[in-house]
Amino acid sequence: MKTRLLVGTRKGAFVLTSDGKREKWDISGPHFAGWEIYHMKGSPADPDRLYASQTSGWFGQIIQRSSDGGKTWEQPGTKPGEPTTTPEGMPKAESNKFVYDSSSETGKPLTTHMWYDGTPHPWEFKRVWHLEPSLTDPDTVYAGVEDAALFRTTDGGKNWHEVSGLRGHGSGSKWQPGAGGLGLHTILLDPKNPNRMFIAISAAGCFRTDDAGKTWKPINKGLKSQYIPDPNAEIGHCVHRIALHPSKPDVLFMQKHWDVMRSDNAGDSWHEVSGNLPTDFGFPIDVHAHEPNTIYVVPIKSDSEHFPPDGRLRVYRSRSGGNEWEALTKGLPQKDCYVNVLRDAMSVDSLEPCGIYFGTTGGQVYGSADGGNTWTAIVRDFPAVLSVEVQTLK
Amino acid sequence: MIRVALPFHLRNLAHVGTEVELEVKEPVTQRSVLDALEAKYPMLRGTIRDHVTQQRRPFLRFFACEQDLSLESPDTPLPEAVATGAEPYLIIGAIAGG
Repeated sequence: MKTRLLVGTRKGAFVLTSDGKREKWDISGPHFAGWEIYHMKGSPADPDRLYASQTSGWFGQIIQRSSDGGKTWEQPGTKPGEPTTTPEGMPKAESNKFVYDSSSETGKPLTTHMWYDGTPHPWEFKRVWHLEPSLTDPDTVYAGVEDAALFRTTDGGKNWHEVSGLRGHGSGSKWQPGAGGLGLHTILLDPKNPNRMFIAISAAGCFRTDDAGKTWKPINKGLKSQYIPDPNAEIGHCVHRIALHPSKPDVLFMQKHWDVMRSDNAGDSWHEVSGNLPTDFGFPIDVHAHEPNTIYVVPIKSDSEHFPPDGRLRVYRSRSGGNEWEALTKGLPQKDCYVNVLRDAMSVDSLEPCGIYFGTTGGQVYGSADGGNTWTAIVRDFPAVLSVEVQTLK
Repeated sequence: MIRVALPFHLRNLAHVGTEVELEVKEPVTQRSVLDALEAKYPMLRGTIRDHVTQQRRPFLRFFACEQDLSLESPDTPLPEAVATGAEPYLIIGAIAGG
């Protein structure tokens, strides 16, 4: 068995590999040095097929693809020296081209969302926050972007088309950005129902499709957000992350801006399970690979102070699907620690016992090979970590 | 031959050195130079100009012969020294920090 960690940072991508013991790690990188790597993820259908979102305030969005587990990379569709036009003379599409669908057939003209001050603001593509490869086809990938929209490629990243039913379902013109932007940051594919998908947007909330992306509905009932005047608001909730266990895809767990929430009916309604957490603000949430009711969060002091309470970095685990939480501290700094853990920077492997990994804005990547009981720093001095994904390879 | 100097990250992206040389049909303008650059190095599409609007990305500037051409019309002919290859056309990334 082999374990591969894909770590996206503010200054490049790193690939870390280990055996099943997960004690010693080989590090390769930085790939794309100097660029922000918002997210990297491997295809469940072909684990050596990786996708990376490479971004820059100067040069925009690049999509990178690897077919050998991260040893070599290419921009899909734009290899140096290849013809730039089709035989018909049409320009070839580029892998970094994300254009909102405004066609009358599929895109229903939707020109503005809501700005921070409530005024209309045009949709502007900024970057890809999250890449979610299909469970069955290595060439099909979903991309969650800022300003919030869902894109899909079916040719390995050469061409991207908006899944426009999401933005156009009706509430898009009322979506407002969170402090970090209007980003679509979470994409969950239901392993038991290929037509069902969940996504989450800051600060619009969660949405579900049951027909493979054609139509969408908000699934935010039960969420409470102090700053929303209407307590039953259909949208406007700052969801930070949602997670599910593949064996029970109707059970969803959510780390909201404040509040840890749970749904037992695929998002139709939510209830709070923050329980005895020291603070229920945070970003990531994840589910144990073999125990569908065991979940993990990293409490952060507040929305104004993005660091662990009391300077103690603690992962909290609930074995009861929420409400009852225990602090996991062995191997984690318990004084003077003021890092943050971002929403895409936690991942679990599928080995026995289950491994858990997370990266910090201080450049550490911590790993636990025993379900969170003990932790070690795999690296301590990376650039700020934006995302962590793990692959278990046979 | 037109000479174009690229910023560090775009050189890496295109797998080229500090400067690239391009065949550009007359008239030699910013638009024709960038069109030729993107045709030869398609991985640069979208990194200098927006895919759709073709507008210069905000943190990039264009210079030649010690002149800032960033706000010039893309169809204005470039200086003779650029058209003859004596001087490079410079694509510069904004310098951040302080």
